[in-house]
Amino acid sequence: MSLEVKIPALGESINSGVLATWHVKDGDTVAKDQPLFELETDKITSEGLAEAAGKITLKVEAGAEVKIGEVVATIDEATGEAPAKAEATESAKPAKADASPDTASSEKPAAKKSDAQSPAVRRLAEETGVDPAKVEGTGKDGRVTKGDMLKSTDKSAAKAEPAAPAPASGERQTRKKMSPMRVRIAQRLVQAQHEAAMLTTFNEVDMSAVMNLRKKYQDDFIKKHGTKLGFMSFFTKAVVNALKDVPSINAQIDGDSIIENHYYDIGVAVSTPKGLMVPVIRDCDQLGMAEIEIAIANAAKKARDGKITLDDLTGGVFTITNGGTFGSMLSTPIINPPQSAILGLHNIIDKAVVVDGQIVIRPMMYLAVSYDHRIVDGKEAVTFLVKVKQAIEDPARLAIGI
Amino acid sequence: MSSSSSFDLIVIGAGPGGYVCAFRAAQLGLKIALIEKRKELGGTCLNVGCIPSKALLASSEHFAFSQHHAAEHGIKLDGVSIDVATMLKKKQGIVDKMTGGISMLAKARKITVITGEAKFTSANTIAVGDQSLTAKNIVIATGSAPVELPFMKFDGETVVSSDQAIAFTEVPKKLVVVGGGAIGLELGCVWARLGADVTVVEFLPQIAGASDGDVVRSFTRILQKQGLKIEVNAKVTGFAKGVLTAERDGKKLEFPADKVLVAVGRRPYADGLDLAKAGVELTDKKRIKVDAHLKTTAPGVWAIGDVIDGPMLAHKAEEDGAAVAEWIAGKAGHINWDLMPAIIYTDPEIATVGLGEDAAKAKGIKINVGKFNFAANARAHANDGAEGFVKIIADATTDKILGAQILGKNAGELISEIVTHMEYGGSAEDLGRTVHAHPTMSEAVKEAGLAVSKSAIHAL
Repeated sequence: MSLEVKIPALGESINSGVLATWHVKDGDTVAKDQPLFELETDKITSEGLAEAAGKITLKVEAGAEVKIGEVVATIDEATGEAPAKAEATESAKPAKADASPDTASSEKPAAKKSDAQSPAVRRLAEETGVDPAKVEGTGKDGRVTKGDMLKSTDKSAAKAEPAAPAPASGERQTRKKMSPMRVRIAQRLVQAQHEAAMLTTFNEVDMSAVMNLRKKYQDDFIKKHGTKLGFMSFFTKAVVNALKDVPSINAQIDGDSIIENHYYDIGVAVSTPKGLMVPVIRDCDQLGMAEIEIAIANAAKKARDGKITLDDLTGGVFTITNGGTFGSMLSTPIINPPQSAILGLHNIIDKAVVVDGQIVIRPMMYLAVSYDHRIVDGKEAVTFLVKVKQAIEDPARLAIGI
Repeated sequence: MSSSSSFDLIVIGAGPGGYVCAFRAAQLGLKIALIEKRKELGGTCLNVGCIPSKALLASSEHFAFSQHHAAEHGIKLDGVSIDVATMLKKKQGIVDKMTGGISMLAKARKITVITGEAKFTSANTIAVGDQSLTAKNIVIATGSAPVELPFMKFDGETVVSSDQAIAFTEVPKKLVVVGGGAIGLELGCVWARLGADVTVVEFLPQIAGASDGDVVRSFTRILQKQGLKIEVNAKVTGFAKGVLTAERDGKKLEFPADKVLVAVGRRPYADGLDLAKAGVELTDKKRIKVDAHLKTTAPGVWAIGDVIDGPMLAHKAEEDGAAVAEWIAGKAGHINWDLMPAIIYTDPEIATVGLGEDAAKAKGIKINVGKFNFAANARAHANDGAEGFVKIIADATTDKILGAQILGKNAGELISEIVTHMEYGGSAEDLGRTVHAHPTMSEAVKEAGLAVSKSAIHAL
């Protein structure tokens, strides 16, 4: 019986992807739940698992563009066992001879694997640090050959240094294909700018109140909640607060309608080696400060480990991004469609400011809110940002609800 | 008086293909009948091919050594002569010992050996004389026979095949060999060493068939130095009144000869089997048609060796035979015709396996080639084997060994190791990093492996 291996549905806006790598070879015997392939979409990379054991026949090549639901392989469950038995009886059942008479291959089970390492393989392992046990072997009985090692060191070098220095031969340019994720990021950024009437309003915030709070309560906080009190929980709460006061920002345009959201899933931007990801923290209005900090830390780790799922990235109503971690003083963030606004945080610099007629030194941060003017008007955007500023400069407002 | 017997397997032909098939099947527990038209087992190989020719090559090589090289070693010989009868007797002794050994093994394995010519009476019944045998499986291993030129038919005396050329009772004065392949060159060399005036006439632009150009050029020069005359690009047109006529570029050539050895190839031999009664079909090259598992078009009938496609080599027939025995017994057999070494047993020998340099370039495959001369190998000098070289052809990207060609003493033994590396998908570097004892000629193989990456130690 033949089982079709299809590309699974992954999410509402994902229609296709790239079958980046096959983890098995055509004709291999696979076990149930064995990872078969790596599928790259613009949002995430996921693994396809075998739904049954058997002999797999590949239908597409690595690197091929595939659609959701496309059959990329078939698993023949009947021949999941060891060698197809040649007839010892008079009835001639046609043997599955797929080779020409010149190279009839062995009918030994694909499962028999050798971990023997030839001298060249050992030399390369030592010189490059690549472990042959992790390399796909194309030699007899699955042995890793020198060629396999050369191919994998090529790949791992490419992975390790995405911003590789210019090749030693002194070429002035190198051409690299964009990963599907980067292509999609590029598309969405441009799309956001085209569709929204996007502009940015600025303000600055005195971080001293929050910083003092942290200094005063950090130890107790860690003791009680097992996690540090950061800035993000304050900003998240401030944003939730402000969204309640300016509900037009917690809304989005859909065709000729406006959808008003009545929930507060906030996306917190995280930088990963594969690009910017925005995992969404759910129901921030219902989470306490500690819970928000923990949720953000978990999501960030997941994103950097490459374990983030599509569900983690969708459904947010607002995004907070932070260029300050890289040293940005001021910027104009791009909205994360289909949301209507985004808050950008920046670095904290001690500045001379005037408070009550006196020049004092305060830790100051510029805030930027880019918004979609089609749905958010200027007054609303400014008001929103002022509310965020006020909540940060006077955190008691969060407790009281002003 | 007719008798009928039933077997698990009947093998027709007891050459290297047939007897290996029968022996392997016996190991796997089958009841076997082995039919052979000769009184002795062993087929062409043991009786009139591989073994007798190698025996003569060894004897004649010793003679050539004693004539040309003994003095260098300080061996003083007061005139050396050859007694052909004794040489033939020794050859026959070896042949008899080998065929006797096969018979003994067949008996020990309880294989029913039947002498006679087999023919099919149906897809699973064979008639031999007045015996009738049936079996679930029948393997045709009837081999091949020398190709005869229609305008110069064999007469067993003057125009002969290898069958007679391994048994001349005296050294011919003028021997013309038609065909510059392994058989013609080997037997030409035997008699040239013993004193015959030998001319090899070859239709193609080079002798030694599929070997690379550089191998053939060196080889040709060496044979010429040994006294053979080599005529290439010559198409033989006839033999009359003691003169062989040929044509090259429209010019007529004449070669007087008192013996003409026609060695232009061998044809598949299935004569008299009555294949039609079984439903066994032939290809358009008159070989028995088989699928990838060597099954013929008749159910239960298989075919192996020279009578089917593939190189006509004894070890190829053996591999076919063992694989079929295993498949019949329900096990996993294997055949790989791409890794069949081919050897010409002259001195120096030529051994080739896989893809040659010229063939790889013609296919557009990017390769790196490593070459190492035996002249740089100390043991080769001590063994009077400093002529020739080892050449390794490797894929330029993966360094996987694609093929090898060796011109030199014992090339046939030396190539085995390379075949082993190729079996495991080995690279030239693997060959170069495997320890080879010193001082042996096999070190030249190691150095050739290193030479692929320009890292040979004992040569630039």
